[in-house]
Amino acid sequence: MPLIFTQLQLALPEIVLLGSTCLVLIVDLFVSERSRGITYILAQMALLAVFITLLATSVGKTSDAFSHTFVRDALGDTLKLFVALSCSVVFLYAKNYLKTRDIPFGEFYVLGLFGVLGMMILISAASLLTVYLGLELLSLSMYAMVALQRDSVTASESAMKYFVLGAIASGMLLYGMSMIYGMTGSLELATINTKVLEHQHDIVMMFGLVFVLVGIAFKFGAVPFHMWVPDVYQGSATAVTLYIGTAPKIAAFAMLIRLLVDGLLGLQSEWRDIVIVIAIASMAIGNVVAIAQSNIKRMLAYSTISHVGFLMLGVLAGTPEGFASAMFYTLVYTLTALGSFGMVILMSGYGFEAEHLDSFKGLNQRSPWFAFIMLILMFSMAGVPPFLGFFAKFMVLKSVVAIDLVWLAALAVVFSIVGAFYYLRIVKLMYFDTAQDSHSLEISTDMRLLMSVNGLLVLLLGLKPDWILDLCIRVFPLA
Amino acid sequence: MLDSHLLSLLIGLPLLGGMLVLATGGDKNAPEARVLALVCSLVVLGLSVVLYQKFALGTSKMQFVELYDWIRVGSLRANYHLGVDGISMPLIVLTSFMTLIVVIAGWEVIQYKVAQYMASFLFMQGLMNGVFAALDAALFYVFWEAMLIPMFIVIGVWGGPRRVYATIKFFLYTFFGSVFMLIALLYLAIQIGGFDILQMHSVKLSMQEQVLIFIAFLLAFAVKVPMWPVHTWLPDAHVEAPTGGSVILAAIMLKLGAYGFLRFSLPITPDASQALDGLMISLSLIAVVYIGFVALAQQDMKKLIAYSSISHMGFVTLGFFIVWSIGRSQGNYHGAVMGIEGAMVQMISHGFVSGAMFLCVGVMYDRMHSRMINDYGGVVNTMPVFAAFAVLFAMANAGLPGTSGFVGEFMVILSSFKANFWYAFAAASTLVLGAAYTLWMVKRVIFGAVANDRVAKLSDINSREFFFLGLLSLMVFVFGLYPAPLLDAMDATVTDLVRHITQSKLLPGG
Repeated sequence: MPLIFTQLQLALPEIVLLGSTCLVLIVDLFVSERSRGITYILAQMALLAVFITLLATSVGKTSDAFSHTFVRDALGDTLKLFVALSCSVVFLYAKNYLKTRDIPFGEFYVLGLFGVLGMMILISAASLLTVYLGLELLSLSMYAMVALQRDSVTASESAMKYFVLGAIASGMLLYGMSMIYGMTGSLELATINTKVLEHQHDIVMMFGLVFVLVGIAFKFGAVPFHMWVPDVYQGSATAVTLYIGTAPKIAAFAMLIRLLVDGLLGLQSEWRDIVIVIAIASMAIGNVVAIAQSNIKRMLAYSTISHVGFLMLGVLAGTPEGFASAMFYTLVYTLTALGSFGMVILMSGYGFEAEHLDSFKGLNQRSPWFAFIMLILMFSMAGVPPFLGFFAKFMVLKSVVAIDLVWLAALAVVFSIVGAFYYLRIVKLMYFDTAQDSHSLEISTDMRLLMSVNGLLVLLLGLKPDWILDLCIRVFPLA
Repeated sequence: MLDSHLLSLLIGLPLLGGMLVLATGGDKNAPEARVLALVCSLVVLGLSVVLYQKFALGTSKMQFVELYDWIRVGSLRANYHLGVDGISMPLIVLTSFMTLIVVIAGWEVIQYKVAQYMASFLFMQGLMNGVFAALDAALFYVFWEAMLIPMFIVIGVWGGPRRVYATIKFFLYTFFGSVFMLIALLYLAIQIGGFDILQMHSVKLSMQEQVLIFIAFLLAFAVKVPMWPVHTWLPDAHVEAPTGGSVILAAIMLKLGAYGFLRFSLPITPDASQALDGLMISLSLIAVVYIGFVALAQQDMKKLIAYSSISHMGFVTLGFFIVWSIGRSQGNYHGAVMGIEGAMVQMISHGFVSGAMFLCVGVMYDRMHSRMINDYGGVVNTMPVFAAFAVLFAMANAGLPGTSGFVGEFMVILSSFKANFWYAFAAASTLVLGAAYTLWMVKRVIFGAVANDRVAKLSDINSREFFFLGLLSLMVFVFGLYPAPLLDAMDATVTDLVRHITQSKLLPGG
């Protein structure tokens, strides 16, 4: 087989996705308003196709393509599978929400799929340019998705904020990349990693590192580059928030691993201190400010910030086990966030947004089952066993304690106690307060089913977290 | 077959039963939910009687051991490891017994979300049995924390007017203590490459490590016991909790903290325990004496019993930590075993007595909807049978000889005499104080002339209430007159524990 085909085969999932996304885009132009469901089904099929090709072309060993700009490895494959899976869930949760509102239906799915393409390229990046390419493809799709509600003032405002701040962050990232390129003479992450030690004490290298970290922190929404997160989460339509708040976190994690571990592992002792500061600040500000929120999307935004801080702890441990625990944390967070934002969508009826915390009042009377699901999700976010969120925190803490940073672990758990308060408040609203409106919830069967599976997974995987943990540990071979 | 999975059944059946009860759905199926909960708690009680009967005396080894892989990835080794010894077995039986009582006590009283109420208690039972039976630290922690969730719900949904404040305070307080224990457990797990508690018992640690780990454990267990000064959540939680919640809280949950001292603090960090025993004894005596005075001043019956619980639990921690003072003053450890055994008896006895006291308050509250002492007076005139029970339990609470309350207190005081006269002196003051606050309350509530019309209209206890109060008074007498079965069961384990903790674990030269 000619070389080019071998290389194309490595990128087959991306190619399939690109093709099917274009197909969805074109088909959507011709379907009538009434049969919009077709777009949705096609979008799901596109993700399914990605899923299948990912599994079918998985080679099990690390190989790169296109002049060392694109890498296919176990880490990438696993993350891509989870990206496809979580986007598929997002698409389902979003379906009825979009249908009952004045939000362009087809565009949401097409942009969403392009975003997935961006995430997959980002995950597979083996050079600085590929990182940037994937990142921009993802970001541009998300800017547009936030702006989809063009008649909404808050949505336009948050789209503008997101775009301007995102552009600045991208600029910083590029600037940092140019410095690293200038020092090492290469864009390939693997080559950079071999040369970086020569420039360990070089001031330009440090600047490059710091600017790259700014870019990563912005994408993650880590303090002090978190300002966009609450505004964008609150301003966007809930379906868009759901999208932004879930799969892109997996991509951001991949970006962090590609840049800091694949590329700049030699500077670990330098970036560890910075990441410690970012992690502590994120946990502190995220958890404390979340307490003051009355809008659930905004509260979850601050909670995201705190979770990002927590998962950074696993990264800064700098051991394969630490990276694996951070990855586990990311995946667990994504699963829980899917459920939580999904619940906000589920609570929102026709023309009614369940954005205020009070709309969760008395949910136990209206629907005991979904109150229970939300209870699982909230306790999982708070890190209470036996739910999955506990094991995520457990693994990260373990890797932090293993490198003798016990004080950092102690600080982290103190912040998670602060965080427990606002999750408990949701449980309190659902169980201890009386409902404001007694309408039973109108939920479609597929949403009902998937939401239940989503919540129960958080419980059941928590009882036996082995296999998902094993996936994470296996992709970070002991160096 | 039954033997090798008995502990799993004791944990799993209540959890399964809880799910079944939940599945009965809304309040229109409340009778089914009640019956199902009753059947389940009866079966579990039956199983724990089997556990007691088949429990081999005279050995400190873990019995009914179950060991399976649980999580095995990378460097993480956590097992599903269960087993009981003389310390945990009586507590499991106590849990099963009290859960049955709570189910019966909530039979007619709870009319709102019955299935969820009953299921919460069954879940708690399974999780608490899990805490007592777990021999793997990760598993222990999972049970330990998960237990907070049903209690959080119970206080919050069926509690009094300030229930939200009380339950969030309860949750955050206990959560705060526990997370530091998690870090200590992780640290230990990294040292030994696994979470096996019995292996942790034999790991060598330097003094500095021991002190830090001891403090981390102390935060978790002192909050749970609760010891002065981290006791403030307890009166709030007790006052606001429904009767059943108070009973489980006082009878079992407080014991979990004390159990933690025996299972973790003492054996894992004996040298730190020895070095800090002065602190622990002081905190215990403050609880006994100062909280005793605080109890004297209470107007709310539930609050009074809550403070009395803290004071009684001070005895328990005193009994645990006088071991080394006995060694220092006597040159040997004779009497140390009696201190710990006395504390254990006190735990079991307090489980029955405090549970019974809360149930008595509950019986009155169901009729009068008030817990204030001033609203009562002369209850004996309208509720003679109830008054007899109430006086009996009050006597037991005050430590009257012949009741179970006496045995534990007496053993602890006796062995603290061997340690230091003043310890014993301070501890013995509880005999006066305990009698004072309990009997004064009884005098104001039960005796005297009928205070008001509402008391005059009270009706005496029905057969259901008679049944559970009678059952409890039986236990109070049994353990008061013949505590030997309990002592026999724990003797070998406690003796072995004292031998273990009086040997230094410091590395040579460490």
